[in-house]
Amino acid sequence: MTRARPDAVIVGGGHNGLVNAAYLARAGLNVLVLERRHVLGGAAVTEEVFPGFRYCVCSYVVSLLRPEIIRDLDLARHGLEILPLESTFTPLPDGDHLVRWADHDRTRQEIHRHSHRDAEAYDEFGRLMVQLAMAVKPVLEMAPPDPASWRPRNLASMARLAGHFRGLGAEKLAALVKLMTMSSADFLDEWFETEALKATMSASGIIGTFLGPRSPGTAYVLLHHYMGEIDGAFRAWGFARGGTGAVSEAIASAARGFGARVRTEAPVERILTRGGRAVGVLLASGEEIEAPIVVSGVDPKRTFLDLLEPEDLPRDFVDAIRRFRIRGSSGKVNLALAGAPSFTALPGDGAHLRGAISISPTVEYLERAYDDAKYGAFSKRPYMDIVLPSMIDPGMAPPGRHVMSIFVQYAPYELDGGWNDARREAFGDAVIDTLCEYAPDLSDLILHRQVLTPADMEETFGLTGGNIFHGELSLHQLFFLRPAPGWADYRTPIANLYLCGSGAHPGGGVCGAPGRLAAARILRDRRR
Amino acid sequence: MCLKRMEAPLLRGTPLHPRTSQLCQAQNWRRWAGYVVAGSYELLHEREYFAIRTTAALIDVSPLYKYQVTGPDAERFLNRLIPRDVERCAVHQVLYTPWCDDAGKVIDDGTVARLDPDAFRLTSGEPNLRWLQDVAAGLAVTIGDISESLAALALQGPASREILQRLSDASLADLRFFRLTHALVAGIPTTITRTGYTGDLGYELWVEPDQAIPLWDRLTDAGAGYGLLPAGMLALDVARIEAGLPLIDVDYIPSNKALIEQQKSSPYELDLGWTVRLDKGPFVGRQALVAEEARGPAWRFTGLEVAWDSIEGLYAELGLPPALPLTAWRVSVPVYSKGEQVGYATSGCWSPILKRYIALAHLRSAWAEPGTELEMEVTVEHRRRRAAVRVVRKPFFDPPRKRALPGAEGVRGVSGSAPASGAPSGAGDAG
Ligand SMILES: Cc1cc2nc3c(=O)[nH]c(=O)nc-3n(C[C@H](O)[C@H](O)[C@H](O)COP(=O)(O)OP(=O)(O)OC[C@H]3O[C@@H](n4cnc5c(N)ncnc54)[C@H](O)[C@@H]3O)c2cc1C
Repeated sequence: MTRARPDAVIVGGGHNGLVNAAYLARAGLNVLVLERRHVLGGAAVTEEVFPGFRYCVCSYVVSLLRPEIIRDLDLARHGLEILPLESTFTPLPDGDHLVRWADHDRTRQEIHRHSHRDAEAYDEFGRLMVQLAMAVKPVLEMAPPDPASWRPRNLASMARLAGHFRGLGAEKLAALVKLMTMSSADFLDEWFETEALKATMSASGIIGTFLGPRSPGTAYVLLHHYMGEIDGAFRAWGFARGGTGAVSEAIASAARGFGARVRTEAPVERILTRGGRAVGVLLASGEEIEAPIVVSGVDPKRTFLDLLEPEDLPRDFVDAIRRFRIRGSSGKVNLALAGAPSFTALPGDGAHLRGAISISPTVEYLERAYDDAKYGAFSKRPYMDIVLPSMIDPGMAPPGRHVMSIFVQYAPYELDGGWNDARREAFGDAVIDTLCEYAPDLSDLILHRQVLTPADMEETFGLTGGNIFHGELSLHQLFFLRPAPGWADYRTPIANLYLCGSGAHPGGGVCGAPGRLAAARILRDRRR
Repeated sequence: MCLKRMEAPLLRGTPLHPRTSQLCQAQNWRRWAGYVVAGSYELLHEREYFAIRTTAALIDVSPLYKYQVTGPDAERFLNRLIPRDVERCAVHQVLYTPWCDDAGKVIDDGTVARLDPDAFRLTSGEPNLRWLQDVAAGLAVTIGDISESLAALALQGPASREILQRLSDASLADLRFFRLTHALVAGIPTTITRTGYTGDLGYELWVEPDQAIPLWDRLTDAGAGYGLLPAGMLALDVARIEAGLPLIDVDYIPSNKALIEQQKSSPYELDLGWTVRLDKGPFVGRQALVAEEARGPAWRFTGLEVAWDSIEGLYAELGLPPALPLTAWRVSVPVYSKGEQVGYATSGCWSPILKRYIALAHLRSAWAEPGTELEMEVTVEHRRRRAAVRVVRKPFFDPPRKRALPGAEGVRGVSGSAPASGAPSGAGDAG
């Protein structure tokens, strides 16, 4: 099976590594992807952990998968079908509820039930967010300029950016600055009075961070939810038929279609360098693979601190990478259920179970959940973002049965005393007990339960610190600062070694953007 | 008498109306051949569309015109009527076909199902009885208008086979694309054709009108665990554009309704050349089609894809996010090449599954090659602008499961990476 020496090896078959491989292969490069696990997809996987029940083990909704990737790689032909997530249902402890539906009028009526003012504010808020999303979008699409560089290309991009924001006008600029600096809860306080609405909206700002809804800098993520509406990703918050793994499978199929080779169970132990250039990789098996280009789809810490020798890199760069924040704060509980759970606040298995279910009754509730984590414990009553994939795609479970995906915060990586089996189960119990306060019949429906702590995520999925985004998506780690100042253009201090995973701009989530933008950078460098 | 006639509703309900009207929360009704059918059942048609593409959808297609053709000359008659070769149509086979006037211009299109050596069923978009009878002159054939005595339900989508199999006494495992079988479905005598207007795996079920509601209900029950939904015309319209299937009165004007010559189209001009068998012997319009085939058609009916950057750019100039047609449009829109009009698009929509803005267009042949870069008119904030478009092959979406037999398509179609079959058209039962 001796095949021509690859032009590029890609370390890690996560969805970004696969996107990168597909674009490079499409451009004619001989590409080899090396994945450590037996399945592709990294954190975007579907696995049949319990017979007949397909779990979205980690990532459960597809947020912002770039539509141009779906088009460029013809992912529909490779089987990708993203179904809309219809609603967000917030059950409340007092038996009431709040649901935001896909249909605008219906949502307004529902919010109106809680507050007339908020129903009106909701529209205005949406309008402002769309305007701001329009303003920020070009920044996301650009490979970020380096503000500390005097190279003409960079200066031109910086000038364009500055001009772009100046054109916004004072009012919107002010809102943008607020969004960049305030906490999501404070920002939303300026708009709304309904607690459940504020809490549920601000929750999106804390996902994947070690921050609470009152921590400054969390407001920015609110924008992300409106981003999809402006770029043809409509209902970008969707669910892939077959689970999130289907996204990775479709991308892998496209990559293979362009001639890329993909190997699983091929963990890379070292990235080999010679004279400051990457020259290939060494597998754990001892096999060496030479390649003039090495692309890493694993997180920055693992790439630079584990797969390379310290002397390969400049000291200040190593320092920056060591300081890169990658504190895991989330857990995941996946359940196989004998039937659909019924919530006291809205009984039955109606449309509200086809969207997200958010356990976020008040901002204070979320902040208290954070308090536990600040001092080294998992939240006794955590924030949860839940979906029932089988309600949307019945193929995820046997007929009439269900799978439930529960994303949980907070579960700190650095738990007091460390994670072990007993603490994992205690964490799982806290999740189920909390949820049973809203859906009492749940505990009787559970056929199987899988609990993932940040330590498990590190061990199983290679996510350093168990951070779901390869590094927190807080402002000081975004744009030209991701992963390190001066190195946001997918290049690294080592020539011909590139970064293409979520640790690079624009960051985490099943969006594929880092993989695509890194490929563009690599192809441009090759032409030089 | 007279009073009674005045009390009759202006628009009729189909045999399924008592059921569909209970389900239609959106109160969104569309007119079709003098009937009302649901436009969408839910407030948004989005889920109904996704049911067609990812689970299964139940669609009331009873307003179709249907004709029973029987008698010793039935095959001869149809061979005279349509450009396809009916001699080669096996019993239990179904043909998709247009039919033409003497000048080779398309009057209508539909399916011909061979029930027996001497018995066929024909569907059409417009009433055709008079034309059929005229063409049948001198032949030993009986043509019955069974439009009202036969109800039709389309069950479409990847899960349709499994759902239908649960109720059907006939095996669907070997029912191929564009073939039919008779079966008891939940005990109801049904003709099942593996046909549809979605370009996906699917079936159409033909039953006595009084059996339509019981059949609908049983299918709904059987499909509950599979995500089956009733779907209306809005969802169907998006699916059929993705499948590249032309719609009469929208994408072409039937020649017997056209007021001027330019309004008419030949099969070649509708990209239906693959249905025309000039070598099979005489049929209505053949002479004209022979001549047209020799000189090449003046027009082509093709797919267009709107370049995303272009449409986004037009809106961005005004500081707006692009407004995309989430509901299909059905108006004529000019298409240009370097400022000169070279054609017009007749249907278009945003394809949710492809994430592409697609359209069906009539183009002068010189500009109809796939890959040709053209411009299409779009209205952006009340102003006429032109977006870059590219000519692409139809169908836009053509999943292998559409034609595949079970077992051949991989697990739930997720691994469906096999290239689409090279058949000439998505309409097609060809190949
Ligand atoms: C629990 C959880 C829930 C999430 N929920 C969502 C969500 O709902 N929506 C959303 O958009 N995002 C979600 N995310 C985030 C999202 O899944 C990730 O940001 C994204 O999948 C990361 O993709 P990637 O390709 O950049 O990296 P990864 O998916 O981490 O891929 C890296 C790959 O490299 C492999 N690897 C590691 N080391 C080596 C080595 N030495 N040699 C070879 N291979 C190696 C890994 O096995 C892995 O396959 C979630 C993440 C987690 C963990």
